[in-house]
Amino acid sequence: MSEWSRICAISDIPALGARVVEVAGTTIAVFRTADNRVFALRDRCPHKGGPLSQGIVHGEQVTCPLHGWVIGLRDGAAEAPDEGCTGRYPVRIVDGDVWLEVTPRPAARTAKGREEPQARSVVSGG
Amino acid sequence: MQKQRLVVVGNGMAGGRTLEELLKYAPDLYDITVFGAEPLPNYNRILLSPVLSGEQTLPEIILNDLIWYERHGIRLHLDSKVVKLDRTARRVVSEDGTAAHYDRLLLATGSRPVILPLPGKELEGVITYRDAQDTRSMIEAAARFSDAVVIGGGLLGLEAANGLRARGMRVTVVHLMPWLMERQLDRAAALLLKESLEARGIGFVLEAKTQAVLGDAAGRVCAVELADGRRLPAQLVVMAVGIRPNTELAESARLHCDRGIVVNDTMQTFDPRIYAVGECVSHRGVAYGLVAPLFEMAKVAANHLAQYGIGRYCGSVPSARLKVTGIDLFSAGDFQGGRGAEEIVLSDPAAGVYKKLVIRDDKLIGSVMYGDAADGAWYFKLLREGTNVAPLRPQLMYGDRNLGNGGYQGRERAAAMTDAMEVCGCNGVAKGTIVKAIKEQGLFTLEEVRKRTKASSSCGSCTGLVEQLLAITAGGDYSPAPRAKPLCPCTEHTHEEVRRTIREQHLLSVDAAMKMMAWRTVNGCARCRPALNYYVLSTWPREAQDDPQSRFINERAHANIQKNGTYSVVPRMWGGSTSAAELRRIADVVDKYRIPTVKITGGQRIDLLGVRKEDLPAVWRDLDMPSGHAYAKALRTVKTCVGSEWCRFGVQDSTRMGIELEQALWRMYAPHKVKLAVSGCPRNCAEAGIKDVGVIAVDSGWEIHVAGNGGTKTEVAQFFAKVETREEVLEYAGAFLQLYREEGYYLERTVHFVARVGLDYCKARVVSDRAQRKALYERLQFAISGEPDPWKERVAGVARHEFESLRVTSESEVTRQ
Repeated sequence: MSEWSRICAISDIPALGARVVEVAGTTIAVFRTADNRVFALRDRCPHKGGPLSQGIVHGEQVTCPLHGWVIGLRDGAAEAPDEGCTGRYPVRIVDGDVWLEVTPRPAARTAKGREEPQARSVVSGG
Repeated sequence: MQKQRLVVVGNGMAGGRTLEELLKYAPDLYDITVFGAEPLPNYNRILLSPVLSGEQTLPEIILNDLIWYERHGIRLHLDSKVVKLDRTARRVVSEDGTAAHYDRLLLATGSRPVILPLPGKELEGVITYRDAQDTRSMIEAAARFSDAVVIGGGLLGLEAANGLRARGMRVTVVHLMPWLMERQLDRAAALLLKESLEARGIGFVLEAKTQAVLGDAAGRVCAVELADGRRLPAQLVVMAVGIRPNTELAESARLHCDRGIVVNDTMQTFDPRIYAVGECVSHRGVAYGLVAPLFEMAKVAANHLAQYGIGRYCGSVPSARLKVTGIDLFSAGDFQGGRGAEEIVLSDPAAGVYKKLVIRDDKLIGSVMYGDAADGAWYFKLLREGTNVAPLRPQLMYGDRNLGNGGYQGRERAAAMTDAMEVCGCNGVAKGTIVKAIKEQGLFTLEEVRKRTKASSSCGSCTGLVEQLLAITAGGDYSPAPRAKPLCPCTEHTHEEVRRTIREQHLLSVDAAMKMMAWRTVNGCARCRPALNYYVLSTWPREAQDDPQSRFINERAHANIQKNGTYSVVPRMWGGSTSAAELRRIADVVDKYRIPTVKITGGQRIDLLGVRKEDLPAVWRDLDMPSGHAYAKALRTVKTCVGSEWCRFGVQDSTRMGIELEQALWRMYAPHKVKLAVSGCPRNCAEAGIKDVGVIAVDSGWEIHVAGNGGTKTEVAQFFAKVETREEVLEYAGAFLQLYREEGYYLERTVHFVARVGLDYCKARVVSDRAQRKALYERLQFAISGEPDPWKERVAGVARHEFESLRVTSESEVTRQ
């Protein structure tokens, strides 16, 4: 069973930018690519916890503002030679609105990536 | 649609490298077939010498194994020498009858060793030194026989001699010329080299001509006979007297050859469908036998094969390093000098050190180093880039480290470091890790080392050390960063080319610039986007389109991001002056927003640390002070002393001068941060000597110094001009900074900018040319007048989304899966 929540209109996120949303104590970064696709990652770089939402977005990647690790938006994994990965959240666009799945989901799989603890987030719909 | 067919003849380093580059540019463009005459896949020919001497093994020096070819869908024919090229049918045929049609053909046939036409040259045990097979023969011979003669005292001959000696043979080198490596060394260096090789037990016969090779009854070589009748016993004779480009195939197809296959600057032969790279080509009349030029050629050829059509090969400065463990030798460029050239020589024969630098017109044109070649890479860089060495001249001979450039904190040079010592302080990469990566992964360029190990990928202060490690480990023929470094891996273009194109094509946005210059990546990367954004804005102020998403977060949030994701706020305090009212407001803001840390900065301001991002606009509103731009590549502070208003030594009102400078220049964006200082007397309490622009009051006016730096590498500012009035200080300082804004490369501090273009050039533009100075200063004022106070704007609601989090709405839906 999965639960989805509307978080904003796509136009609320700048192209090649990100916004953050807090779900049950976990900050999630929602990214928008140049061609208007959206991705959601836990807003913590696997390196030193930098806020990925504040990074520069390019293609399907974001460069962490703290030490320049490059993280894939699709898989949350760090680009080699760095190793590590951050949690992903399913997100989709319906009629120009961005919907985020707020039920937990296992982190992306990488060779030696440490799994980030997942948010146990439940939003009570009203 | 059927893919175009690319056939590569030759699977050596040049061919292999071109393929690697091509696959980076256009992985799916071609259906690729490769013919290699040797039975091995692509290996690192340079490292055959360490294999011969037993320091490495053949499998270790394979660059791309068979799996690599398979993974890229490349058809590979090994042990299959191409013997026929039919240009009309566009077809090649190999010895074993394998044929392949091509749309594009790449010739990388390399070179072959020259075989002296001596009687007895066909005897068993007479070999050349060129490929893996030769290396194997030598290793086998060393196990069975005791005496070897190497004919030829050049680079290759000496490496062969050393390897055979290391494997226990008695080795004599026969050389025609009066000294060894005469094409790379002068007599003095060659003498030192000879002595240390003799100390290892290698014998030499110089100025000697070989007359014949004599055989025994079994048909194996038993001795070498010299022209004077002397006989040297030998069961192994290695001919290492030079190489000749392999052009038979090209010539048989009537392709124009002149010593090598003649190519233009795009590596295209006279048949437009055929490209050629490597040792087989003749480019502008020169055939190269070293690996660095091959890599540059490979890059250009790949670019054109990928149909990008940019990039030219303009020739290389040859450099050589002997790959004999324990012997430090480096040679580059024109080391003989000749007319109009000057020589600086350091000679200490007892210590086994000899260095010679050859200079013409204030530029380094050649160098020879023996015994201490750690600075080779640095000299080579100066040489290739044509740097004006006049200002460095007093220290030039003592190398990079004596300029404080030797790498991280100017520490020990690479060779003297232990494996455990840290090279890259930012990413914690030790020397051993870098050396291992270079060896095992076959890395040749700085960019590759950065990518694989992260060393030198952050602040860059260890770049010199990493280049040294490359030079030492990859065998000296490592591929030094090309003369003109591309802005980043997203493009071929250099900073200079990008700046020029933006100016000439009137490009007004990051997107337009990427499109015009055919960027390889869709949106660039975190390195090129901020640079492009700065270039369009500084070239076309008040006209170009700012792209906030191409700015680093600090310039988007107008505050400094901290390690925990909070921000710091530094309000502007003109010339470091403040008031009770400002201090009260600051204190109130600290209380109201529970700001955990308040600190005085080095630039005479107050830093509020730990501000939550969403609080920023309110903090700015309550502070009601202008932005200090402490987060931006822009004018930061103008540090002052109290000057003549209070100080008993002050000769001018430095505080007022500082305030005027700051008010004239704030909101000025630049390639990097810019810091100023004004001191009221030569005691210089404001530390003007380490600022981008430092103004020092003297009794008769003001001295202006430029290009100082207090950061990564401390640099003392250089005297620029002496002026009389405050207006002149503003104009000279402003004009200098505008020159830097217009011509500096992104992230280049004034110290590096001035080092690159020369202080004399800056003086010519600003100090001696009144009209240019005024024009520069006017352009600066025009640009600054279009810049708002970013804090005020955001207090008024600009870019609100930057500071607000989204909220999960009450709308939600549950789906069962």
